[in-house]
Amino acid sequence: MTDTTDQPLAPVARASRFLAAEARWSWLEIAFWIAAFGLAFVFRSNHLLFAEIAILALFAVSLDLILGYAGIVSLGHAAFFGLGAYTVGIMARSGWGDPLTGLVAAGVTAGILGFLTSFLVLRGSDLTRLMITLGVASLLHETANKLDWLTGGADGLQGMMVGPVLGHFSFDLYGTTAYVYALSVLFVVVLGLRVLVHSPFGHALRAIRDNPLRARAIGIPVSRRLIAAYTLAAVIAGFAGALLAQTSAFASLDVLEFHRSADVMLVLVIGGSGRLYGGILGAIVFRLAQDGIANITPQYWQFWIGLGLVALVLLGRDRLEIVGRRLVGRVLPWLVGEEKAR
Amino acid sequence: MTFSQITRRSALTGISVAALTLITSVAASAEDVVKVGLILPMTGPSASTGRQIDQAVKLYQAMNGTKAGGKTVEVIVKDDTGVADVTKRIAQELVVNDKVSVLAGFGLTPLALATAPISTQAKVPQIVMAAATATITEASPYIVRTSFTLPQATVPAANLATKNGWKKVVTLVSDYGPGIDAEKAFGEQFTKNGGAVSAALRVPLKNPDFAPFLQRVADDKPDAVFVFVPSGFGALVVKQFVERGLDKSGIKLFGTGDLPDDDQLDGMGDVVIGLISTHHYSAAHPSPENKAFVAAYQKANPGQRPNFMAVGGFDGMALIYKALEKTKGETDGTKLVEAMKGLSWVSPRGPMSIDPDTRDVIQNIYVRKVEKVDGHLWNIETEAFEKVKDPVKAAKMAK
Amino acid sequence: MLTILFDGVSTGMLLFVLACGLAVTLGLMNFVNLAHGAFAMVGGYVTVIAMQRFGVPFLATLPLAFVIAAAIGLVLERTLYVHMYGRNHLDQVLFSIGLVFMAMAGMDWFMGSSPQNVLLPEALKGRFDVGGVGIGRYRLFLVVVCGILAVALQLVLSKTRFGSRLRAAVDDQRVARGLGIGVQTIFALTFAVGSGLAGLGGALGAEILGLDPSFPVKYMIFFLIVVTVGGTSSIVGPFVAALLLGIADVAGKYYVPSLGSFVIYALMIAVLIVRPNGLFARPGR
Repeated sequence: MTDTTDQPLAPVARASRFLAAEARWSWLEIAFWIAAFGLAFVFRSNHLLFAEIAILALFAVSLDLILGYAGIVSLGHAAFFGLGAYTVGIMARSGWGDPLTGLVAAGVTAGILGFLTSFLVLRGSDLTRLMITLGVASLLHETANKLDWLTGGADGLQGMMVGPVLGHFSFDLYGTTAYVYALSVLFVVVLGLRVLVHSPFGHALRAIRDNPLRARAIGIPVSRRLIAAYTLAAVIAGFAGALLAQTSAFASLDVLEFHRSADVMLVLVIGGSGRLYGGILGAIVFRLAQDGIANITPQYWQFWIGLGLVALVLLGRDRLEIVGRRLVGRVLPWLVGEEKAR
Repeated sequence: MTFSQITRRSALTGISVAALTLITSVAASAEDVVKVGLILPMTGPSASTGRQIDQAVKLYQAMNGTKAGGKTVEVIVKDDTGVADVTKRIAQELVVNDKVSVLAGFGLTPLALATAPISTQAKVPQIVMAAATATITEASPYIVRTSFTLPQATVPAANLATKNGWKKVVTLVSDYGPGIDAEKAFGEQFTKNGGAVSAALRVPLKNPDFAPFLQRVADDKPDAVFVFVPSGFGALVVKQFVERGLDKSGIKLFGTGDLPDDDQLDGMGDVVIGLISTHHYSAAHPSPENKAFVAAYQKANPGQRPNFMAVGGFDGMALIYKALEKTKGETDGTKLVEAMKGLSWVSPRGPMSIDPDTRDVIQNIYVRKVEKVDGHLWNIETEAFEKVKDPVKAAKMAK
Repeated sequence: MLTILFDGVSTGMLLFVLACGLAVTLGLMNFVNLAHGAFAMVGGYVTVIAMQRFGVPFLATLPLAFVIAAAIGLVLERTLYVHMYGRNHLDQVLFSIGLVFMAMAGMDWFMGSSPQNVLLPEALKGRFDVGGVGIGRYRLFLVVVCGILAVALQLVLSKTRFGSRLRAAVDDQRVARGLGIGVQTIFALTFAVGSGLAGLGGALGAEILGLDPSFPVKYMIFFLIVVTVGGTSSIVGPFVAALLLGIADVAGKYYVPSLGSFVIYALMIAVLIVRPNGLFARPGR
């Protein structure tokens, strides 16, 4: 995309203006982050749930990078999530409880696994990729079960001692530290990804997603771009797993379970893939709905979530969006006013 | 930025704000109410555990009223879907938001262990009503258990095998924490008694086709095979055992009471008649307490039979009530746990007490045999090992 | 040794019947129907309910399981699925997972969450020896029933008018419509038969796989594995794949019990690395 050798100047200028406009911060985006961080001071009793949402959002954003931008479907993203969780878990159990260095280490191990397995997803149809990623995650799950001297097996990892964040903020019962910590990581990652998806690299990924053959024809090194994207997504998923293990001071086999991979896929598709904020929106809607309905009917909440999904698809997200837009158009002034007051 | 992206973001703020207002409007608690947070897997693969406990807890309140120690006991039920980090989050929320005085439930070992730091930190008693790994009560000084420990039921099984003159036994367990616990406890005791475990087979939890493993058993020709599988798989094992003709080749099948689980026993068919198991509870336990319990349970839930999960929940409530009576309504966590230590009462399962040293349950372990009575299958108790402590912790104490 | 092989074959055959409906919807109709396992569950419960509540003998419940699952499939296809054919795969995934959630919670509400048991008639219990090979009666029954079904399916698809119409409708809907083929009817019928087969598989498999409301998610992965490994362009592919996986799984658990659970996943990844579109992919698709 930056290659400007033979092109006339005017279209290039127009294109770069278009791209710059696309990458510009909107004031709503800023308002969202202010509101999100602002929540750290209010609704204290819900901070645990918020922390969980932030972690799920981060996980969904990482899946978005490969699904929404690079077009690789995955039903095994929990492999990286789980590896990240176990990395910090095992470190914390062995006495290395510092959250930030643990986070980095989790990113590194997950990234290595991502790099190694990325070669498996370069070829094949959607279905093939789904099943290969699923297979990798299942193998990892079985391995963790077998290595019970290291992972604690099905009982979970015992005795994690997680230290305070930055040496100052220890994790409290209300989950305020957990929320701010998880949200900050999410914020930094989204900042980074924002730059990335609007860079030539991001445009190359989208070109590959839309048409791999054409992308290759215009000189994009398809395999290398996909490997890079997959590895990066694995790193971010590793972060998310690490956050979960650190904020709950626990890791067990279900960080690697199939339902994690399936949930995050649901979350992303609900929120809309390929939009960076889709994962965040999906995480908020899905978790709040789940929590709300499960409080009313702890036994049969799945039914209503299922009904919601079916309705969402049948009615079409676009149509809902139009309705939502009209609604928000009316409520918006009131909302913004409140935010400024805060 | 396209228009749709902008509205998307604002929609998201709107939704979260609206939802928050809803969630936070939890009513403040009155002075004379004691809240019990009951966290159970109500959906997912362990849902039947959650249902049994939930129904038994409701039954206890229906039979004994909601007053204890001058306070009204209010139970808040939450579904953790059997996922450990959710259990922990819910426990934390129950403690800080709903100000519960007692946490209870915990269907699986990791769920109980994940919550242990919360009960320690918040000084809230944690009543384990189901999870059965021996080490759980060591995870926090606030954990008290009313179910059983797997070694508690397994060691008598090993002694039973020796008593019956079986020299060579194969163990067949599900490949996860409790299964491995059972395999170890059985193997240790049985070898100590002079027997030999000729093969220790572990079946994956995920796709449990028992056929190849049972074929291994058949080829090994042991005197008997000891089985531990989570509740729900028992019928499959027994049926395939018979299908393979192992019963006719003289190999005995026995295990802990998870195998002929009362919840499903009646639907397993006549193949299970004669199956021997060791466990702390049988719905056929011949006592007036149990008859009343089973009758009330079946009246409230037609077509169902209480199993050991239900009795764990029932006794968990009994424990909470008795502790509240003892503290005269005082809800301080440390005092409640102190009050629970050493409590003893007659449960539907028979006499039971809380070990003051380990906060674990001391109870009789019964040897049972499946028989058909009045057209229904029951685990009929034939003998009892009395006042069995958890062998794992007893061994530690002895050292 | 041969007993293990036989057990593997019967497990494989069962997998095939459960998965072949999925092979049809996914391979021929290009629809990702993750709710396939829910139809199998329905079939299983039909058998259980018919036997327990109405005293219908086991063998008679099998056609019932097929018919009811097929009927539900037909109704859902006409009312809901028909709107989903043109949509992208992610929407289809979302939609069918929604259905699975509803089916699981609904079944839980109707039947409770405890596992259900099927009581086989005496004639299908036990086993007999043929030249030292132990053969379970019920497993033999499975092999026979599933074998007949497989052959019948292949014949219908390759030899009958319906089969050729279906293939035409799949290859090019517009041309097929132009030729006067009722594409909608054919799709609806195919979908119903696929669902019915799943129901039959669920009924047959309850004895071996167990049956509770979480059935659809528990075994979905295995159906998907069968279809992907076999390739989605024919019935032969999934059939061979199901047999292969059944035998590998049983043999793996017998000979290397400690690694038993790895075998099926490792085999799948290995096959897909060598042949990304499955064992029997049609060239050029």
